[in-house]
Amino acid sequence: MAKFEEGLRYSESHEYIRVEGEYGYIGISDYAQHALGNVVYVDMPEVDDEVTAGEEFGAVESVKAASDLISPVSGTVVEINEALEDTPELLNEDAFANWIIKVKLSDPSELDKLMDAEAYKTICN
Amino acid sequence: MNRTLYGNLIFELSKKGRKGYSLPQDYDRTHTTAELPEALRRKEAARLPECDELTVVRHYTNLSHNNFGVNDGFYPLGSCTMKYNPIINEEIAGMKAFAGLHPLQPAVTCQGALEVYYNLQQSLAELAGLSEFTLNPCAGAHGELTGLMVIRAYHESRGDSGRTKVLIPDSAHGTNPASAAVCGLEVVEVKSLADGTVDVEHLRQLLNEMGGEVAGMMMTNPNTLGIFEPQVLEITEMVHEAGGLMYYDGANLNALLGECRPGDMGFDVMHINLHKTFSTPHGGGGPGSGPVGVREGLEQFLPTPRVNKVVVNYDGDNEPYEWIGYIIDWGTDSSLGSVGSFFGNFAVMLKAYAYILSLGSENIKQVGPLATLNANYIKECLKGDYLLPIGGLCKHEVVFDGLVDKSSGVTTMDVAKRLLDYGYHAPTIYFPLLFHESLMIEPTENESKETIDAFIDVMHKIAEEAKTDPELVKTAPHNTPIGRVDDVLAAKQPVTTYWKSIADS
Repeated sequence: MAKFEEGLRYSESHEYIRVEGEYGYIGISDYAQHALGNVVYVDMPEVDDEVTAGEEFGAVESVKAASDLISPVSGTVVEINEALEDTPELLNEDAFANWIIKVKLSDPSELDKLMDAEAYKTICN
Repeated sequence: MNRTLYGNLIFELSKKGRKGYSLPQDYDRTHTTAELPEALRRKEAARLPECDELTVVRHYTNLSHNNFGVNDGFYPLGSCTMKYNPIINEEIAGMKAFAGLHPLQPAVTCQGALEVYYNLQQSLAELAGLSEFTLNPCAGAHGELTGLMVIRAYHESRGDSGRTKVLIPDSAHGTNPASAAVCGLEVVEVKSLADGTVDVEHLRQLLNEMGGEVAGMMMTNPNTLGIFEPQVLEITEMVHEAGGLMYYDGANLNALLGECRPGDMGFDVMHINLHKTFSTPHGGGGPGSGPVGVREGLEQFLPTPRVNKVVVNYDGDNEPYEWIGYIIDWGTDSSLGSVGSFFGNFAVMLKAYAYILSLGSENIKQVGPLATLNANYIKECLKGDYLLPIGGLCKHEVVFDGLVDKSSGVTTMDVAKRLLDYGYHAPTIYFPLLFHESLMIEPTENESKETIDAFIDVMHKIAEEAKTDPELVKTAPHNTPIGRVDDVLAAKQPVTTYWKSIADS
């Protein structure tokens, strides 16, 4: 069964963001990695790239499908999780521990439009 | 095939210095490379396998025995991939009078071929309920691009250059947004309802927000779940009111063939995959063809060359007579011009036209209804064992969401692999993406009831095995030359070259 970690904000397209100060760590939910199956490739942006809420910033490819990554917030990429380049299966092992990009938020009010774990769980079921 | 004897790679059969050919002694091996820059020339010989002729022949003949196609057995991928290709199609396309033609030869010397070309344009127009067709695009996605270029040319011809957005349902084929992007248009996704059909309220909202920027909307009907869009007339009307054109993706036309027509549903531009609906080969097996049709008023934008019929009436000395000829039409300034080489894939068109003529105007009306009947029969027979997420009538294909009883952990992938053991080709799996365990079955109109019943029995049997012996299913296939492949490793570390045995030999 999929896990739903408390304290994160979730989007309808199954990304989460863990906010720490003015930064946010964005990844895919445990539910999403379950649905995708074995992840074989993660396409990530580059540091300093701009991301926009609701727009694609990369993709996750599994043996079943390639799925766009949609940014839950707007901001600037300050770090990418380079470990995913060679070991994308980390997303299957623990999707919450293995974030994909770290973003400096440009508009923290966008977080209000995202769901908490409880609301996200409802749409997944 | 005997794998012990013949299961080696061609590289493993290689013996250094062994050759199946001989070249003239004075053959100058540098002759063809002399003009290449030094940096691009090989420093060492390519590590090609070296075998005698008979070894090569046996190797590839044995490999070919591992092929499985629609001629070998039931193939539930249906028209989506390729339905049965009647033999007469090949006979006609292989006729010397057609096969020996050259695309540059004068029209006067190939009137028969041009007549066939013209008649196919007209037949497709009639079947689609549209005005004119171009046969030039060489595949479905090429047709999509051509159709979108027609739509863009239409808006530009009216001086309306602000229409840069294309509405595409989130359940659409992946080629739709790709074609729109290639055409320089921006994709706006229209949401689906739980049953996979277009969310008309969301469409209305999008049109209210950006109506003046909408170039058109692309739709597949029936959609990727095999469901006929019940509100298609309302959808086409709404988009037209907003000034956009409607594009029909003909990938699923097989379901409707002879029963209803895209033109009558309000579509303005469409492509037809001759290699799907009109029974020509496809899928690694040869060139496709994606003719594009338009409604009246858009003909002038179609690409060139086109073939037109000319009728001239003479007043003879004794009695009037009629001259019929076919000419190559290079269009007007409004035309998109050329979208490919010459006329498109003519041999494919011959096969499609042979198929249309073989069926005739009466029998062709049964294609859609029979394809629909077969898919619904399978749906009703299997829905006790396989989860049917959307009830009601489907069209030519039915989508299940894995097994009803998922407690044993047997997935759609496992079911598909187990089907191979029983001598069936696997159906489409994990598409459409609307469900997690999609299993899409399309039998087409060609299968007999006995064939379909035998397939249904096997599907029941696999569902039973999933309960009684899940490991058997999870480790399938067991009866094929190669067992379960490691698709994760294959995707992550694909080995696409082989040279070890050559280096060692």
